[in-house]
Amino acid sequence: MCRDCGCSLGPAATRAPLAAATATPGRTETIEVITAILGENDRVAAHNREHFDAQGVLAVNLMSSPGAGKTSLLEATIRALDGRLKVAVIEGDLATENDADRIRACGVPAVQITTGNACHLDAQMVHDAVHDLPLAGLDVLFIENVGNLVCPASFDLGQHRNVTLLSVPEGDDKPAKYPVMFRAADLSLITKTDLLAYITEFKLERAHAALRQIGFGGETIELTSRGGDGFAAWLAWLEREVAAQRERTARGSTARPAIQPEGAAVHAAGRPPR
Amino acid sequence: MHELSVCQALIGQVEKVARENDARRVVAIVIAVGPLSGVEAGLLEHAYPIAAAGTLAEHATLTVETVPVRVKCRKCGAETGAQPNRLVCGDCGDWQVDVIAGEEMLLKRVEIETAPAAVH
Repeated sequence: MCRDCGCSLGPAATRAPLAAATATPGRTETIEVITAILGENDRVAAHNREHFDAQGVLAVNLMSSPGAGKTSLLEATIRALDGRLKVAVIEGDLATENDADRIRACGVPAVQITTGNACHLDAQMVHDAVHDLPLAGLDVLFIENVGNLVCPASFDLGQHRNVTLLSVPEGDDKPAKYPVMFRAADLSLITKTDLLAYITEFKLERAHAALRQIGFGGETIELTSRGGDGFAAWLAWLEREVAAQRERTARGSTARPAIQPEGAAVHAAGRPPR
Repeated sequence: MHELSVCQALIGQVEKVARENDARRVVAIVIAVGPLSGVEAGLLEHAYPIAAAGTLAEHATLTVETVPVRVKCRKCGAETGAQPNRLVCGDCGDWQVDVIAGEEMLLKRVEIETAPAAVH
């Protein structure tokens, strides 16, 4: 059964007809709750973050549409770092071990999560993957989320930073079409800029304007994974973040992405009456 | 697309509340969802019966309150409504705003049925 859109219902569809509600009515009672619906995911995510912090590892969640260049970015990053930072990768895809194989070919450990039909990673999947991945001695753990501009934005995984990729062939208005995802980023990468010469419809200033209009307040880097100034700026961002994570670890503090799904709880209409 | 996962998480929270309060069954559930939470009210309502089947909340009604997006301008201080893909101040048009509503994905209220009081 598809856990997410319920497209083939599996066991639920073959369930026997539901029994009618019990005859004798009891007393009804209304309980005011005000709690995050994804509270259990958030709890596991916080636990993951503790694992990462205990080892001083920076966890970065990469999100984009399929084909925006997440895996290519990671391959190029690992090669360019040339061992300067110890990297490991958790790969999320519906099926195949292909991406994890590509990362392993670069000489770093990778764990593939195949989600079946699920459209996003959640904190429990990452937790299970971390158990297959020695964190000791790592500097950065990349979590490459399932290629999808909708669902991954709603699930905290325990990462410290969110990075989104917007590739030139996708069009400069993607942030306006998928505001929740692009708003969740700490760093927004505009990728495949080597194609700007061919895809003249893509205007960098329009992409920047679309990001501003959805309230994105982070840094933006334009790059191609084939190298150049933008790619160097990405590596510099990464090294700064690793240094910041080391400082936080030394102080015993942590960091969360700029915008968290459950940040919503802060804006709750009010606390339940007691 | 991920609304079934969200519904399953919701049922988990509701069943916890129900157990803590010795409920026989759950009668009604009220949740609040904002457009910036990334979930769709209509899809939640469709996914809900699948997630609720066989649980204490199987016959409960689900009410989804949608919360409009509101922003507070850092420049002029105005609190105005906004579109999810146009988070700018409705008064002065500046883009440096804080979102004060519209990100919610909250369980607000659970109505339960408990055993009837013993008759003497």
